[in-house]
Amino acid sequence: MNHLISELKSLLPAESVLYDREDLRPFECDGLSVYRQLPMVVVLPDTIEEVQKVVRLCREHNVPVVARGAGTGLSGGALPLENGVLLSLAKFKRIIDIDVENAMATVEPGVRNLAISEAASRFGLYYAPDPSSQIACTIGGNVAENSGGVHCLKYGLTVHNILMLKVVTMEGELLTIGGQTLDTPGYDLLALMTGSEGLLGIIVEVTVKLLPKPERAQVVLAAFDDVARAGEAVGAIIAAGIIPAGLEMMDRLAIQAAEDFAHAGYPRDAEAILLCELDGTHAEVSEYIMEVRKILTDNGATEVRTAKDEAERQLFWKGRKSAFPAVGRISPDYYCMDGTIPRSQLPRVLRQISDWSAEYGLPVANVFHAGDGNLHPLILFDGNKPGELERTEEFGSRILDLCVEVGGTITGEHGVGVEKIDQMCTQFKSAELAQFHAIKAAFDPSGLLNPGKAIPTLHRCAEFGAMHVHHGRLPHAELERF
Amino acid sequence: MDEVSLQQQVLKAIESRAPLRISAGKTKAFMGQDATGTLVDLGSHCGIIEYDPRELVLTARSGTRLSEIEKALADAGQMLAFEPPYFGSDATLGGTISAGLSGPRRPYSGSARDFVLGCKVLNGRGEIASFGGQVMKNVAGYDVSRLLAGSHGTLGILLEISLKVLPRPASSITVSRECSQEDAISIMSEFLSRPYPVDGACHDGERAHLRISGSSQAVKEARKKIPGDILPDADQFWHDLREQKLPFFHRPGTLYRIAVKPASRPLHLNGHWLLDWGGAQRWLYSEEDVATIRHQTALSGGHVTAFRNGRNSTPLPPPLSALHQRLKASFDPEDIFNRGHIFATL
Repeated sequence: MNHLISELKSLLPAESVLYDREDLRPFECDGLSVYRQLPMVVVLPDTIEEVQKVVRLCREHNVPVVARGAGTGLSGGALPLENGVLLSLAKFKRIIDIDVENAMATVEPGVRNLAISEAASRFGLYYAPDPSSQIACTIGGNVAENSGGVHCLKYGLTVHNILMLKVVTMEGELLTIGGQTLDTPGYDLLALMTGSEGLLGIIVEVTVKLLPKPERAQVVLAAFDDVARAGEAVGAIIAAGIIPAGLEMMDRLAIQAAEDFAHAGYPRDAEAILLCELDGTHAEVSEYIMEVRKILTDNGATEVRTAKDEAERQLFWKGRKSAFPAVGRISPDYYCMDGTIPRSQLPRVLRQISDWSAEYGLPVANVFHAGDGNLHPLILFDGNKPGELERTEEFGSRILDLCVEVGGTITGEHGVGVEKIDQMCTQFKSAELAQFHAIKAAFDPSGLLNPGKAIPTLHRCAEFGAMHVHHGRLPHAELERF
Repeated sequence: MDEVSLQQQVLKAIESRAPLRISAGKTKAFMGQDATGTLVDLGSHCGIIEYDPRELVLTARSGTRLSEIEKALADAGQMLAFEPPYFGSDATLGGTISAGLSGPRRPYSGSARDFVLGCKVLNGRGEIASFGGQVMKNVAGYDVSRLLAGSHGTLGILLEISLKVLPRPASSITVSRECSQEDAISIMSEFLSRPYPVDGACHDGERAHLRISGSSQAVKEARKKIPGDILPDADQFWHDLREQKLPFFHRPGTLYRIAVKPASRPLHLNGHWLLDWGGAQRWLYSEEDVATIRHQTALSGGHVTAFRNGRNSTPLPPPLSALHQRLKASFDPEDIFNRGHIFATL
């Protein structure tokens, strides 16, 4: 047993330090299982003091630390390091306080996203961001990734719904960031910490904002015989001054997979469907439903259906929320992309994806958070066929480059992690990357928190750029090539 | 002024380590400590670059007048949902975002920083960098554009800003009733957990005012359930509250801004109170000494700033203060931008 492990065992109870190969196995990957790596050791602290002790010890021994919540992330952000400590926050499962008067809840980072809403429910309150993995994913991971969900257009991302964090730095210091007030003196470190993918600090407590549950939610399903027309309809709803609670689009392959899986009653022959959810007071929802139905019909919907009751509304959503596993059933493997594009670019991007799909011989199912422009093309492939994963990755990387080219981003909600680290070189120039590294150094001078994730080194980009020259422009031209 | 000349001015300042003082409309000059240095005037770095109402996104240069932006939005039936205070007709987008100020709708719709999607900034190395973008969801890289909101120009010169915008509510009314500050706090707190379309709540010392906005049906329906009188000229009232033009603000002396949890009981401080943001932002004119005001605010878990006619704010705890200095240096290693503007040490 190495020296660090024996010291960890002196700091924590024996069952909180795992180092046998078999015990490490469950931690070898997150939700992106194409990347796997066993850590040197897993620790499961139970208190903030224990987290501080572990971190200080790692700092002293110059050992990197990767924090992990439920491991549902989709970009390899919680991928362990061979020579590193994996710090699991699985034991931080307590709901510390629900403050009804001030509509906020304070919880430990290992509390599941949905558990917060369940606990707040009896007070008529809920926590708004709802990533599809909300049954399993934890609030600490949500903060680290700035998770979204289907309701972001109206209710925002994680960054819009949290008030305060307690964070342990790599130096072992406990910082309070943000506050129970709506702002705090100094810089907005809360914004900076949200979505920082475990590179700036370890989140050990989260205070979230709670919202009153809407009186009523209703969903309208519309079918289209053309994807571009469905895209037009989305723009028309927004131009009419309506902000739907959720606005989702699926294309033919995704519709068929989801229908076979969930039997949601989707029209199997449609080229695209839109799900438009409206929430608010009873009268408000009725008024908007009428308006939205008219807009959809005017924009060429071949069929418009309002869920006849709550059970049907749930069923419409079940189809959408199970789209990923449904696609998983029709293909040995699939690769989920996460670009965001300005909505107006949707027809162009879908046409290009369809052309590339034919070129690579790899089918694509498209699931789209249409309200906020976040596109999830799912590339279907078979990892057992030699070279197919590599071709899939190449195809995916072209899609992400296209998202940047049309004015969007390589990741809307899944994060960069290890997966999209090379695409960061496409999206950002050296000045921005250097700024990111300077921010990292301000929080973590030793560079031991989740190294190698989220932000590529300039050298990595120089090498990547030498391989991927876009439009004849060599990115990061000021750096030497090797 | 164009980007290239701004960049040259910054490079020159870096070389001589001479501080720069960033300004445009000069409407928020009363905030913070006096910055020293040569003036960088962004007033002529202006113009809306892109605005498509269907995308709910507007991009403009930092020196663009806020009035021009709000006019363009209003023409398309949209708005800046954080209801920014102007504090003068020359207010610009850059100053608004740098100061991070939000109006009465803040607790219900979000703050200035919540609506920032991306920005282009000239940093303290003389480099022009872009962060975030023109899309709602974007988690590539650290969220630098929201960090810059409210940083009072101490991290760099904002050149362009992209904001999320929202439709204006179709209908809005304000219901008022006479009540004590304590009762107003309870009423306002109750509406935080009830699904009514409230988007403004304040207590002016004598009366509580609740603004209800949304579809015409939603407003009608809520009106039936909320007791009180309809406030005439409500738009003017909320405007005057936001701009600090109500008679309450005509007093002499220091105006303190106290931020607390919205349902916090009335603080034990003598003076004149006005509560906004559903109780979360409280304005106070008081003869009590600063230490007492600070102490009572701390007991409620809040923080206090001398907003007008005073230059005090709640200091940061030491580890956070050190982190702020390292962060400042990561953007502006020579400390040239708005030196000493937020805290003496920044």
